Amino acid sequence: MSLRWDVLAAILGMALATFLCRAGGYAVLRVVRPPPFVQAMLQHLPGTIFCAFLAPALMQGGWAAWLAGAAALVVQARFRALALSIVAGVATLWLLRAATGGM
Amino acid sequence: MEQAGEVRGRFTADGMRRGARAALGLTLGLMPFGLVVGMTGDARGLSLLEILLMSGLVFAGTSQLVALELWADPAPILAASLACLVINLRMAPMGVALAPVFDRLHGIRLWGSLAVLVDNAFALTVAEMRAGRRDAGFLVGASLCMWCNWMVMCTIGHSFGAALRLPPGHPLFFASVAALMSILVPIWRGRSDLLPWLVAAVLALLVHGIGLGAPWPVLAGALGGAAAGAARDLLQAASRPAAR
Repeated sequence: MSLRWDVLAAILGMALATFLCRAGGYAVLRVVRPPPFVQAMLQHLPGTIFCAFLAPALMQGGWAAWLAGAAALVVQARFRALALSIVAGVATLWLLRAATGGM
Repeated sequence: MEQAGEVRGRFTADGMRRGARAALGLTLGLMPFGLVVGMTGDARGLSLLEILLMSGLVFAGTSQLVALELWADPAPILAASLACLVINLRMAPMGVALAPVFDRLHGIRLWGSLAVLVDNAFALTVAEMRAGRRDAGFLVGASLCMWCNWMVMCTIGHSFGAALRLPPGHPLFFASVAALMSILVPIWRGRSDLLPWLVAAVLALLVHGIGLGAPWPVLAGALGGAAAGAARDLLQAASRPAAR
């Protein structure tokens, strides 16, 4: 198992950059007191981050991905079990692709 | 929203246990993703030790995949670091959104908790925070649970990736999207979330549609949707006393 110095340097650079992203936003907030509008935004950020992440991902997967995503959503709302919901989403996409000859 | 009276930010071992238990179901969503990162690392000529160091220290799958896409010999130190900086920018607002959890913490408990912040654990912690429990231990427990799963799946992907031969569009890779879909349910607070969420999705699709890659669709959608929600909230708050 080798460890090359250039690979190690790249990994450390990646780790440092990622830590700056993780901690940077909060570090700024700790120093600067945000105005009321930004505070109101923070209440909405968690949900909007995920919606903004998911919409393009589903779009790229086509209508089958939208249906599979809906299946995951419905199963989670009904049973409150994340693992079950993930299985439902993957299974739905798999079945739809198989039924339409996509995969 | 809950009041900040007795529930100040804390860090407890009990919270870590609860976080780890809550994250267990979600590890299923990360498994195929970890496999892919391990497989790609192998294909790019990284040793098992190197890919485990990367996954362990960076612990952010999408940015690792993009960095591995531009891998070369010698390793592209600057390009790989920049890829991580750009793609993981989306995590900056996550730490900000968890401010009520972190506000009373200092030193390693604060910066250590932020260091392991990851999308799915963040979502679980938001639901926990809104239930009135502000415990950074919950975040760390959930993140470490996913980290262990991440390391195991990267090892499997690196060791057996060539034999598994999963094509890029395989439905198994939908697992990470399905995991985020299911996470939307505990985060949903009611009909007032509809406007910001819709604006976020539409903006992200627009930015994605004009051909901009990560992180711009996520950042534009997340900030635009949150701004729409904030504008509505402040307008409502301003008009309420006048209406009476």
